[in-house]
Amino acid sequence: MADVNRGNRPLSPHLQVYRPQLTSLTSILTRITGNALIVSALLIAWWFLAAATSPEYFAIANGVLTSWFGDLVMVLSALGLWYHTLAGIRHLIWDNGYMLDLDQAEKLGWFVITGSVILTVLTIIIV
Amino acid sequence: MVQFSLPKNSKITTGKTWPKPAGASNVRKFKIYRWNPDDGQNPRVDTYFLDMDACGPMVLDALIKIKNEIDPTLTFRRSCREGICGSCAMNIDGINTLACIYGMDEIKGDVAIYPLPHMPVVKDLIPDLTHFYAQHASIMPWLETKTNRPAKEWKQSIEDRKKLDGLYECVMCASCSTSCPSYWWNGDRYLGPAALLHAYRWIIDSRDEATPERLDQLEDPFKLYRCHTIMNCAKTCPKGLNPAKAISHIKQMMVERSV
Repeated sequence: MADVNRGNRPLSPHLQVYRPQLTSLTSILTRITGNALIVSALLIAWWFLAAATSPEYFAIANGVLTSWFGDLVMVLSALGLWYHTLAGIRHLIWDNGYMLDLDQAEKLGWFVITGSVILTVLTIIIV
Repeated sequence: MVQFSLPKNSKITTGKTWPKPAGASNVRKFKIYRWNPDDGQNPRVDTYFLDMDACGPMVLDALIKIKNEIDPTLTFRRSCREGICGSCAMNIDGINTLACIYGMDEIKGDVAIYPLPHMPVVKDLIPDLTHFYAQHASIMPWLETKTNRPAKEWKQSIEDRKKLDGLYECVMCASCSTSCPSYWWNGDRYLGPAALLHAYRWIIDSRDEATPERLDQLEDPFKLYRCHTIMNCAKTCPKGLNPAKAISHIKQMMVERSV
């Protein structure tokens, strides 16, 4: 086997060819929402800090956060927060050994997606 | 480590389009990953056309027909042609499965065939599974006992034997491990669904007497806990097994023994 080329073996394609699955999409969305929520939390902290600094500074921060763009960010954050919460509950269920069969796991996936949308709509109506 | 794009030497180029069969009415297009270790070129995707009226129903039938009649250099592993040897595992139509038991009627449109994802390629559809097998060997895939050998055999109740159903059927085709994003990014240290399913198969075997040692060996941030229940493994397993569930049970046993 001395003449076998082992040095330059290519890596076979992965993300490029693998079809996204419901379970894999809901999994990566958990991570994405979790990281996005760090940014949202920082924005809220900035808002509080501005309130503690001066009325002028608060006016600026409040202006940004209550603009249409700020509203959009907060609505998406609410969606992310609900999604991340429900996905967390899903992990608690799984970690207790329940609903790990594929059909149940996929139902949980749809539950997390639709649940987060419904809860976000309710949040918008109530707030 | 996470690297979303392919390394330079792995970027896929457009390959050769082979001629269509003459006089065929039911023609299907196949796009197949090719890489030749001897020509110094990057991998490419070749296009083949087959007369489906003269071809068997499974993806493996098509591959064999291409090799026999169009391009003898097309290289792939196959043996039993009935889903028990695990040789012909590959990425077909975006999921990992065994070419011999995957019907082409399950695929819409063109048939795209790649080697198992995120593995070093030996040639064409053949990945290098050395590391995958070494990980399997590392979980001690055999019966470990301490008591004296019984005169006849190690006995097991019907109920205990039932616990092995859904585990012992694994044929080590590597479809699950190479479908797992965690295994893609951390396959050097994360054991992956196949090895962990086998680990669990021996952990819950009532005859095995090395459960604490087995759990000790898996108590590691990478070996076991890189599983994030993504469940691509269970979704893709050509034998319908559920490695994610087995891994979850191992994690539960880890908690139970520490409280």
